[in-house]
Amino acid sequence: MVPISYYLILSGILFACGVTGFLIKRNIISIFMSIELMLNGVNLSFVAFAAQWHALSGQVFVFFVMVVAAAEAAVGLAIIISVYRTRETLNVDRVDLLKL
Amino acid sequence: MLHLIVFLAFGAICVAGAVNLLVQRHPINSALSLVAVMGSLAVEYLLLGAEFVAAVQVIVYAGAIMVLFVFVIMLLNAGEEERTKGSQVAMLFGIPGMLIGSVLIGWVLLERSGSQAVAVGAMPGPPKVIGWLLFHDFLLPFEVTSILVLIAIMGAVVLASHPDADQGKKEG
Repeated sequence: MVPISYYLILSGILFACGVTGFLIKRNIISIFMSIELMLNGVNLSFVAFAAQWHALSGQVFVFFVMVVAAAEAAVGLAIIISVYRTRETLNVDRVDLLKL
Repeated sequence: MLHLIVFLAFGAICVAGAVNLLVQRHPINSALSLVAVMGSLAVEYLLLGAEFVAAVQVIVYAGAIMVLFVFVIMLLNAGEEERTKGSQVAMLFGIPGMLIGSVLIGWVLLERSGSQAVAVGAMPGPPKVIGWLLFHDFLLPFEVTSILVLIAIMGAVVLASHPDADQGKKEG
């Protein structure tokens, strides 16, 4: 038997790691992966609360989060590819002008 | 007891992978540690009795999305990231702030939430019930997400398509 708070703490740690990565990473792909880490942390808390309240709709919401994350990954990576084509760099500090 | 041991083991893998994602400089190492995080999260979902979510986690996240990431990393030949002044400032404020934040969240959760425990498979979420929910109670959101995915596919194709076709017309 594992207390529900343990799952929530794990989820909080994952989310905090994601936010930290979002702040300290300079590679645009690593920043994107930190966002995925945050989404995973939130998913874990959804499933933990679903188990606590015996409500299966929490798991359905996790499914929707995953679908939106997949769509976001496809569009985001396409944007990264097109940024790399025009700027020839993946460092976000060098992508700071709106014009070319 | 065994439940707690399995939870702690895979939780440790999860946290180690997340920290490794932050420490590694090369994006491909970060991507592989993210796969480890997602795989151990699938085990945590199984412990919570969410079989459907565990399967989707492995198939969609660890399978499809991470393969997309690895493809893009290799396609763009992404090397080690360089340190700049901005990233040092972000580290100076980001790491202590996040440590304080996570300790605060953990303390509140341990203090305030009751000691409600979850037994193994306490809430069996068989795919049959979830499928019924998806196609009955959540039918409209389900259809809307299918349109969203269609738009995302078209957007990705348009954004990532080679610009030479347009440039050739302008230059010529």
